[in-house]
Amino acid sequence: MAIEANGKTFETDEEGYLTNLGEWEPAVAEVMAAEDDLELTSEHWEIINFLREYYEEYQIAPAVRVLTKAVGKKLGKEKGNSKYLYALFPYGPGKQACRFAGLPKPTGCI
Amino acid sequence: MSEQIKKFMYLNRRAPYGTIYAWESLEVVLIGAAFDQDVSLAFLDDGVFQLVKGQDTAEVDMKNFSPTYQALGDYDVTKLFVEKESLEERGLTLDDLMPLTYEDEDDDWAEKDSIKVVSRAELADIMEEQDVMFSF
Repeated sequence: MAIEANGKTFETDEEGYLTNLGEWEPAVAEVMAAEDDLELTSEHWEIINFLREYYEEYQIAPAVRVLTKAVGKKLGKEKGNSKYLYALFPYGPGKQACRFAGLPKPTGCI
Repeated sequence: MSEQIKKFMYLNRRAPYGTIYAWESLEVVLIGAAFDQDVSLAFLDDGVFQLVKGQDTAEVDMKNFSPTYQALGDYDVTKLFVEKESLEERGLTLDDLMPLTYEDEDDDWAEKDSIKVVSRAELADIMEEQDVMFSF
């Protein structure tokens, strides 16, 4: 599988996650979001950027409950809850946001 | 549905790179952490090298996954037993290992050390208490 963004082709796995994390650029997230009928706002980007930083630091995409806790700590309680995160990413903040961020499927997501 | 919490221990006995065991073990631990069991990890034999700080895998062309151990606390995996004799046999001390901590929810989020150095005899006792053991 593959997606087209910014005039380039990006290879993805069978679930739509980028094969090569290093290729990611913001346009990838925009295209993936459009396919899911979502328009990315600054609130979405805050979480996507948070996930990329988390991966940079720990080398894993966090499970959703770990993400929720970490977001609460970093961005505030009003954002560190499932309701807020699911409103932004209806297909699941772990799976969908990680995909937009170019990360693999979260470790510990079942 | 009454589900009993069981004591799960993951044994790590091999060097971090050269085989996939160490990374696979860590992934299983992170996935298993979702099941709310009483989880602990033990590092012995060459497994103690998994926790050594300053790992650099550039020359061996494998992903340096050592930063992932720092995430264990976020996954509520807070008990990492390191066998004292294994460290000594390899000329290592606690100071050679990455400092790994977790925040204790029941103690006003105080930061605590996850790594505990135990003797071979103490580790044997801890193993005795386990319901389930996974050896990697």
